[in-house]
Amino acid sequence: MSDAKKKDELLVDHNKDGVDRRGFLKCMAWAGTGAFCVMSGGVLKSYSLSRVSEIGAADAAGELSFVQISDSHMGFNKPANTDVAGTLKAAIDKINALPVAPEFMLHTGDVSHLSKPEEFDAVEQILKSSAAKEVFYVPGEHDVLNDDGKDFLERYGKGSVGGGWRSFDKKGVHFIGLVNVMNLKAGGLGTIGKEQLEWMEKDVKHLKSSTPIVVFAHIPLWSVYPEWGWGTEDSAQALGYLKKFGSVTVLNGHIHQVMQKVEGNVTFHTAASTAFPQPSPGKADSPGPMKVPADQLRSVLGITDVSSVRGRHALAVIDSTLA
Amino acid sequence: MLKKTLRFTGWTIAFLTAFSMLAVGRVSLPAATAKPQPAQTAEVKIDNFSFGPETLTIAVGTTVTWTNRDDIPHTVVASDAAKTFKSKVLDTDEKFSFTFAKAGTYPYFCSVHPKMTGKVVVQ
Repeated sequence: MSDAKKKDELLVDHNKDGVDRRGFLKCMAWAGTGAFCVMSGGVLKSYSLSRVSEIGAADAAGELSFVQISDSHMGFNKPANTDVAGTLKAAIDKINALPVAPEFMLHTGDVSHLSKPEEFDAVEQILKSSAAKEVFYVPGEHDVLNDDGKDFLERYGKGSVGGGWRSFDKKGVHFIGLVNVMNLKAGGLGTIGKEQLEWMEKDVKHLKSSTPIVVFAHIPLWSVYPEWGWGTEDSAQALGYLKKFGSVTVLNGHIHQVMQKVEGNVTFHTAASTAFPQPSPGKADSPGPMKVPADQLRSVLGITDVSSVRGRHALAVIDSTLA
Repeated sequence: MLKKTLRFTGWTIAFLTAFSMLAVGRVSLPAATAKPQPAQTAEVKIDNFSFGPETLTIAVGTTVTWTNRDDIPHTVVASDAAKTFKSKVLDTDEKFSFTFAKAGTYPYFCSVHPKMTGKVVVQ
């Protein structure tokens, strides 16, 4: 084994983003079991999740850690998963068992399955037992079915503007929550819309380009599979406003499976659902709930743990399954 | 007494007339012409993230019933600006009906999964 392989050093920096293909693939292969990958001065270092505590006090200083959960679909009760409350509880237990307690949680939508009040109530009840003190929500299309999202906005809109979008800062990281499930047009994809895009442009205009950015929204902001509606029509415009930033992480849900894509300074990540999986693009007739043997269900559901270490270039995004 | 009799007779005559007109109407169904009696109801099944049939051709006055056979909820929303018809969210086995009183082409879609589209052609 060469020295370079042992030290995980960068061999060829194709995209000038500090990651070479081998290092990136190695990191991604560990993502399912819990690897902590940190970029430091162009060198990709990886630690297994169990060794996160060994990273060191100096590195831990100014650390920000949060969790993303998605697609709890409270109210769904078909064979793909007849107990979505149980699997959501298992996800919260997993969060509570993380070595570093998350400061807050992002829920990237489809909280409920049919936008029913009792479904939202049930999720809130379960989330009360989580170690995360705050939860920020963006709606999924299942959350705005009855009243154009009025109930959702009343429950989770505190601090948001317009149709429920928002931005906030945590330890130097700027978070932007977008709503891309309203006013969907026939034959279309997710849409952000003029009003929200204008707000976003103003929101990031005066930020320093060294500010790490995290954007979270329900439908993927990259074209995962347009045939199944897995994309956002006007995301290119939104991402255009973020071109100047050195580190942009986009967290989405909606497709009920983990997918990652790195494009220059932008890392796109979609989370697993805590309710039921969906097929890989094109691998089924339609993107409906995918049934798996009961003993395998929890291995296809999961949570996402995200850490930012001050001074590091990119955020570390780790997915772990419920089993 | 006379008034009552008259009223009764009048009513009876009216009833018998109406009845015989109805009977005549039924008998007058054309046997020789090719055009069949148009159906009053039609069905669209929603399954596998699609509307079946995708294009439905019906006569004016037909009531179309959409039934969701999929394991995920869907809606039926007219694509026009006025939203001529708009169902509430339909879970598995729930139905939505709409009677098309005017001729025209009515494209529609599922507002939850906008890639799902269909069309009702009313002639």
